[in-house]
Amino acid sequence: MTLAERVLDGDIRAAARLMRDIDDRFKSAIEELKTLYPHTGNAYIIGITGPPGAGKSTLVDQIVSAYRKKDLLVGVVAIDPTSPFSGGAILGDRIRMNRHADDAGVFIRSLATRGALGGLSRSTTDVVNVMDAMGMDVIVIETVGVGQDEVDIVSTAHTTVVVMVPGLGDDIQAIKAGILEIGDVFVVNKADRDGADRTARELTTMLEMKHPDPAGWAPRVLQTEGARGVGIEALVEEFDAHHIYLKESGALQRLIEERNAKLFADTLREELFETVFGAIKGNGKYDEILAGMRDKSIDPYSAVQEVMAGRAFP
Amino acid sequence: MAERRIRVLVGKPGLDGHDRGAKIIARAFRDAGFEVIYTGLHQTPEQIVSAAIQEDVDLVALSILSGAHNTLLPAVKEIMKEKGAADIVLMAGGVIPEDDIPGLKAAGIAEVFTPGTSTETIVGWVRDNITPHA
Ligand code: B12
Ligand SMILES: Nc1nc2c(ncn2[C@@H]2O[C@H](COP(=O)(O)OP(=O)(O)O)[C@@H](O)[C@H]2O)c(=O)[nH]1
Ligand SMILES: [Mg+2]
Repeated sequence: MTLAERVLDGDIRAAARLMRDIDDRFKSAIEELKTLYPHTGNAYIIGITGPPGAGKSTLVDQIVSAYRKKDLLVGVVAIDPTSPFSGGAILGDRIRMNRHADDAGVFIRSLATRGALGGLSRSTTDVVNVMDAMGMDVIVIETVGVGQDEVDIVSTAHTTVVVMVPGLGDDIQAIKAGILEIGDVFVVNKADRDGADRTARELTTMLEMKHPDPAGWAPRVLQTEGARGVGIEALVEEFDAHHIYLKESGALQRLIEERNAKLFADTLREELFETVFGAIKGNGKYDEILAGMRDKSIDPYSAVQEVMAGRAFP
Repeated sequence: MAERRIRVLVGKPGLDGHDRGAKIIARAFRDAGFEVIYTGLHQTPEQIVSAAIQEDVDLVALSILSGAHNTLLPAVKEIMKEKGAADIVLMAGGVIPEDDIPGLKAAGIAEVFTPGTSTETIVGWVRDNITPHA
């Protein structure tokens, strides 16, 4: 049996290995993903973003419990940064989710960014697709959350959740532009701390200015205590409401189409680059260009145009 | 192009709160270019093996300073066998008497490192003995 067939057969080790092949960019993974593709599109995908230490992993753990109570199968993809110095990584999100390790209805996978900048790894969409094909009803993605422009999550998840903590105070004005645009649900976690109400109020005011359209989805601000599991039911209800809104408004279909288009474009971009770069490296053209730039007989812009125009690749 | 990166689970089984050693090992592994899944304290052998399978690690590296190594480590190896994951290498370190090491090796624990071992030695052992899954 191929890995993909074994995945569809419920083989956990095969799924885990395929995710690794995807992450390590094995060509064979493409063939397996082809087989799985018709079995994807059934999972509801939630993305969780927010600064480090805000309590994302703790909330993911609680969200997993809430969906398990409803007897749904849950996948988790948790992303942490790769060290730019060694290429290694410490992936620590599982620490908060260990109680689900034994539950056969939960599959948790940690991924390193491996140089990707948008808050996810390059492999995230494909790993999510494997979980989708495994039959996961809900898939929760935890982004890196290091304050980069975490925009990739919006095109990967159906519902994007922005997690913040109290005490932002006057600094709330300084919240990165863009964060208000990406959230479908806002969470002020650590509501046990002083200033939670105020942070939630200020955030609500800012969101009301951003979303004046009464017919569209109006993101709300919820308060939670991830550590004690307070406010989780209301949070999951909000996810359900957003999911229903997406389906009924046709926005879900639009999201799916954007996601497909992005996956196609990303794959094409990589294939094109690998093909062209591989060819010019193989036929000596690349060395020629490097030499040319060294003695300034050619500039990088003309070199690229030449490669493209001259069909210096098969 | 395709190149395997070594993935290691570092964790602490049982009721043992000494986590300095585990953290030092996790950092040394990261600095060696490995991807480390750090699962933290108080893991049951079942949780460790399930996590190792889901994360598709090549190596499970456990730190034990509580004295419970003779029961916990063989238990992890047994569960690996039950779950069809006996190919994942199991190594350990911590306060473990020299006299116990032969018995642990007989139970399938590949190597044991005790206090005072340099992280270079430990990283070197991993490089020499772990070939990532094909
Ligand atoms: C610091 C310490 C503590 C700190 C721990 C802080 C922390 N967050 O880690 C505190 C004060 C909290 C503590 C508490 C206790 N401790 Co204490 N503690 C120590 C002490 C002095 C040093 C441990 C340490 O951090 N060393 C530094 C680290 C870097 O070294 P290491 O962990 O050994 O790691 C090295 C190697 O072992 C190896 N290694 C370790 N793990 C791994 C894993 C892998 C995969 C690999 C490859 C290698 C490897 O590589 C590292 C680098 O060389 C030791 C004595 C000693 N000298 O070892 C006692 C010791 C471990 N503690 C002991 C005891 C009894 C306790 C308590 C039960 C005391 C009590 N009655 O309350 C409690 C229990 C706490 C708990 N919940 O488990 C005993 C254990 C006895 C035993 N095993 O039979 C020891 C040995 C002291 C003794 N001689 O009696 N302790
Ligand atoms: N006071 C308080 N601490 C919390 C709460 N939720 C999580 N934490 C703590 O915040 C720290 C960071 O949590 P974590 O989930 O790892 O954050 P992440 O980096 O965003 O994934 C941990 O020590 C948690 O125990 C909460 O509701 N209240
Ligand atoms: Mg986290």
